[in-house]
Amino acid sequence: MSSSFMGRDVISILDFKRDELEKLFELSDKARRLVNRKLRILEGKVVSLAFFEPSTRTRMSFEVAAKKLGADVVGFSSEESVSVAKGENFADTVRMLDSYSDLIVVRHRLEGAAKFASEIALNPVINGGDGRQHHPTQAMIDLYTVRELFGGIDGLTYAVVGDLRYGRAATSFIYALTLFKPSKIYLASPPILVARPEVTSLLKSRGIDFEELSRLDEVVGEVDVMYVTRVQRERFPDPSEYEKARGAYRITLKLLEKAKRSLKILHPLPKVDEIELQVDSSRHAAYFLQASLGVPVRMALLAMILGGEL
Amino acid sequence: MSEPTLVVSKIRAGTVIDHIPAGRALDVLKIIGLSGREGIRTAIIMNVESKKLGRKDIIKVEGKFLKQQEVSVIALIASTATINIVEDFKVVKKFNVEIPELIEEVITCPNTTCITNKGNEPVKSRFTVVSRKPITLQCSYCGTLVFEDELHRLIKV
Ligand SMILES: [Zn+2]
Repeated sequence: MSSSFMGRDVISILDFKRDELEKLFELSDKARRLVNRKLRILEGKVVSLAFFEPSTRTRMSFEVAAKKLGADVVGFSSEESVSVAKGENFADTVRMLDSYSDLIVVRHRLEGAAKFASEIALNPVINGGDGRQHHPTQAMIDLYTVRELFGGIDGLTYAVVGDLRYGRAATSFIYALTLFKPSKIYLASPPILVARPEVTSLLKSRGIDFEELSRLDEVVGEVDVMYVTRVQRERFPDPSEYEKARGAYRITLKLLEKAKRSLKILHPLPKVDEIELQVDSSRHAAYFLQASLGVPVRMALLAMILGGEL
Repeated sequence: MSEPTLVVSKIRAGTVIDHIPAGRALDVLKIIGLSGREGIRTAIIMNVESKKLGRKDIIKVEGKFLKQQEVSVIALIASTATINIVEDFKVVKKFNVEIPELIEEVITCPNTTCITNKGNEPVKSRFTVVSRKPITLQCSYCGTLVFEDELHRLIKV
């Protein structure tokens, strides 16, 4: 069943086919039923977590997933990585980790770092986020959440909101949708944070119906899934522009008055104030469910890559 | 081919790169890795009349026979270029240039946060061809698209 995943690198969600993701989701269903048990599927395997850029959520999620499967976990995150701070080159660090582990999860601030790592390492590499580009496991979790909420991914209208230029979760989510048949994708962002040319040109070449917007309120009533990401202050040279943008893409109960009852809001977390606190307890908030699905999806993925039968 | 009025003697044996768009000869030399310090007799003729192009540049490299795969990458900035292999003052082989599917090392990725720009890492730049007309390339590492009009600025020295 897991043959196409065995020993495979996970660099971009675009490396996967729809039916492969569907297999992963089926196995994620199974992992959810087992999530409270300590398994021995990956006993004797070592998973390295190489976080050259700090991340609490992604790192812990991988660590818990690996440990629940019985693997041992080693690794570092940037603050504690002495040799990395001293300027040891990336390639040497990857080679070292590869020599004593069966799989490496890499997060790095530079785009392409995980791909480069996968060319050096003999064992599989999972991209835990590279710069602004890819975050494939997040995209897998996001799609799995939509499938859980709506019973499928096709035929829905999506709005991806916030920083589409530098946000790797938003970018990966858009890439992921190109593997399915969304009814329409709205891309709502401030003008300086629009999706990069490689993203929009892929949407065009795959014949996806999409529209770039600078206002969300006009289309909110059409949307089934709203994927919200943070707009960061440091992206704006002018503070007043930031304040304007923050207001325009903030998800409030007032904005949601126009929404379908069935609208669901996703967010890769952590969130700051881009979603009004009161929205958390509304019928629309799905981001806590989404966060809780991180471990089972990553368990399924690790098991499939390392050849464990769930 | 009308012989340019600027007189440069014919080469006995080597490679003539003709029909280079005017002003691009120095970039072409960079791409094929000739700095002038190799001691190879080279003539660079620039901005001469051409029936085909109006004006063109020509490069003559004595004693060096460039192979198709070595020069194909010239097509990135000089798609009209024609390559003539000369032996004993006669053209013995002629071919056009066509962009290879994979372009390694020749171009720098314009994205400053691409792993290929990090330095101190054993990684080469690598681009795939997305479109040939107009030329669009994509960085295999960071996904950045490179368009035809920015290519000449991105050639590595
Ligand atoms: Zn690049």
